[in-house]
Amino acid sequence: MEYLSTHLTAVVTAIILIPFYRVLKGPTVFDRLLGAGAIAAKTTVIICLIGFIYRRIDLFVDITLAYALLNFIGIIAVSKYFESQEVREE
Amino acid sequence: MTIQEIIAVALLLAGAFFMFVGSLGLIRLPDFFSRTHAAGMTDTLGIMLMLGGLAVYEGWSLISAKLVAIIIFVAIVNPVTVHALAKAALEYGIKPQLRNDDRKGETKDDVH
Repeated sequence: MEYLSTHLTAVVTAIILIPFYRVLKGPTVFDRLLGAGAIAAKTTVIICLIGFIYRRIDLFVDITLAYALLNFIGIIAVSKYFESQEVREE
Repeated sequence: MTIQEIIAVALLLAGAFFMFVGSLGLIRLPDFFSRTHAAGMTDTLGIMLMLGGLAVYEGWSLISAKLVAIIIFVAIVNPVTVHALAKAALEYGIKPQLRNDDRKGETKDDVH
């Protein structure tokens, strides 16, 4: 399983570079936020796979839950900020 | 190789495939509101399949129960964030691109 986890971590890391292009070259700020959210969602899977590599999945699964929660709160907060009236009138 | 490991590897590879397709849609689709489909649905399915493969490999334990809890959390939360972003973009004033849009340089075949 360590063999498969190592290779899958490399594959998912290579997949993360694709939304990173959208983060760099997005026409609007929402495209960049969408790419950042996709990267953060894939990072949860990478953390679980690293836990399987080091045989400490009992530790890493809690980190994964906290990371997913922080991603959710961050994107909801930023989208509420861009929805507010003061930002729109600038 | 037991049946459990075969199912786990199949779920992991299917999840990697769906994750790749969702990422490809994120850069290939023409405007923001169509990109939300790729990030909201296909990516969520890929993440759920990969975490499900890890849970199947782990077997019956507290760790797989926590992984299933993360799967349910991701299935609820990931579309909600994308929907909030799309709602904020619509309120901000970004127009969805329609088929007979007179935007120059972006015809239906000119998807970049």
